[in-house]
Amino acid sequence: MRPSSDTSMVTGVLNWLQHQHNRLIVLLVLAAMAMFFPLIANNYMLEVLTNAWFYTILCLGLNIVVGYAGLLDLGYAAFFAVGAYTTGILTSQFGINFWLTIPAAVFCSMVAGLIIGGPTLRLRSDYLAIVTLGFGEIVRIVARNLEITGGASGLIGIERPFFFGIELNQGIHFYYVFLFLAVLACFVSFRLQNSRLGRAWQYVRGDEDAAEAMGINRVGVKLYAYVIGAMFGGVAGAFFAVKMTAISPETFTFSQSVLILLGVVLGGMGKIPGVIVGAFALVLFPEVFRDLGSMRMLVFGIVMLIIMLYRPEGIWPRGKS
Amino acid sequence: MVNREGLLMTLLEVEKLVLSFAGLEVIRKLDFSVEEGTIASLIGPNGAGKTSVFNCLTGFYRPDSGQISFNNHSILRLKPHKITQSGMARTFQNLRLFKSMTVLENVMSGMHCRTSCGAIGAVFHTQSQRNEEELIRQFSEECLSFVGLLDKKDQYAGTLPYGDQRRVEWARALATKPKLLLLDEPAAGLNHDEKQELIELILHIRNTLGITIFLIEHDMGLVMQVSEKITVIDYGKKIAEGNAEEVQNNPKVIEAYLGSEDEEL
Repeated sequence: MRPSSDTSMVTGVLNWLQHQHNRLIVLLVLAAMAMFFPLIANNYMLEVLTNAWFYTILCLGLNIVVGYAGLLDLGYAAFFAVGAYTTGILTSQFGINFWLTIPAAVFCSMVAGLIIGGPTLRLRSDYLAIVTLGFGEIVRIVARNLEITGGASGLIGIERPFFFGIELNQGIHFYYVFLFLAVLACFVSFRLQNSRLGRAWQYVRGDEDAAEAMGINRVGVKLYAYVIGAMFGGVAGAFFAVKMTAISPETFTFSQSVLILLGVVLGGMGKIPGVIVGAFALVLFPEVFRDLGSMRMLVFGIVMLIIMLYRPEGIWPRGKS
Repeated sequence: MVNREGLLMTLLEVEKLVLSFAGLEVIRKLDFSVEEGTIASLIGPNGAGKTSVFNCLTGFYRPDSGQISFNNHSILRLKPHKITQSGMARTFQNLRLFKSMTVLENVMSGMHCRTSCGAIGAVFHTQSQRNEEELIRQFSEECLSFVGLLDKKDQYAGTLPYGDQRRVEWARALATKPKLLLLDEPAAGLNHDEKQELIELILHIRNTLGITIFLIEHDMGLVMQVSEKITVIDYGKKIAEGNAEEVQNNPKVIEAYLGSEDEEL
């Protein structure tokens, strides 16, 4: 064990990354890897990576709520469910073109965000967490009991969409779809983070009373975070529905919400690269430890405990300060 | 600032203000006013209800009854952020900076209520968004240079010495473009030299920016030096009002203060 040389190497790499053009090089290399990965990957690897990009979108969406605005949300799967069901119902039962259902999915998830956020965001964090937990369960149970959502067995036979005449029905198609959406989610997160609104979230997270005394509408700013976070979930849900062609209430359980939250916390709340690392860790760990059979979730749990004990701020290092 | 009769215009008027916590009256029928362009103070012994008055003015507490009007509008039922938008800014007795953010980012928070760009502008980097960001940055830097902290703008607020952190709070309050600046114990924790600088800064803000100042203070020396009008309260009631000399010679004030000093001993 030579921790000193380890840390000096880490700080060396970090210093190197401080330079703008070095960061750009790393980004381009990673982008090229992501672009050309399907050429060398088999179907299994492709599926796993697609899933990782999918969780990246969800984690980035939840990161806006948890990481930026500092609100603990234990029911994020609900927004993802609203998006998935909106697209599922509109395409399979009303025969509407998939691409036209996306705005509807976004709209419905935003409305869901407003419904849950409006009355509850006046609450302070712990109470809010309980309410979001309840909301997540309500959405799932409603989906389980309504006829239009297909009850407990869910919706099946959702049609695959066409993109310029090509039916999106292969793993490689969805790999690129989710890669594109993940990049878009990063871009939107990055722009929001460095804006007036992004700063307002940071003020409210830091000190609600001081932020309010500075003329910031505490509830309004939080609601904004909630609705934007819900939008990310809605879009991810819409594409999830057509990728799987079937959705059931059991996809949107409490443990799904916890898993997404885990990705955010594990990687590092409020840090975009951290959240991506967290989402990948979430998907890759159980796959890497697949040989352990039924023990793998146990090992996954232990690994996470260790990470949280030694890096409570998340895997990604604190860039500045 | 002066009306036709040559009298000062009233900027803030408090009438028959009552505040109680679980039956205990903290503020009892308090009346006072602050005239535009003046430096006014609210003083009183420990526990007299000074900070409670501040919290009523800024919307953090809801008074039981009474009236508060600012700039001829009632602000009694407004939320704190609305009150700040209407032109009243405050500092806190215990520093309430956003410690993990830079000094400049802290000051930029004040400009939030004077700007309007939302998520769409932020995502697409529209022209108006870029102009607004530039405006926020420029004005915040002006505020920082006004309090003499421009060279520290990129440091983390939590790492600054105490006196400088106070100045950041001031700059942050100035960035809201207030008509009235409320200072809650601005001299608390400052040494003698820093207090002198503070007095200069208070006068500078009023004289060059034309901002009315209302402060709560323990430090009698500071109050007597800068205030043009002093309101003294004890047990939530007004016991005296006037300029420094009048207040100092008022027997009720002497009694309230000597009493409190005895207790402190």
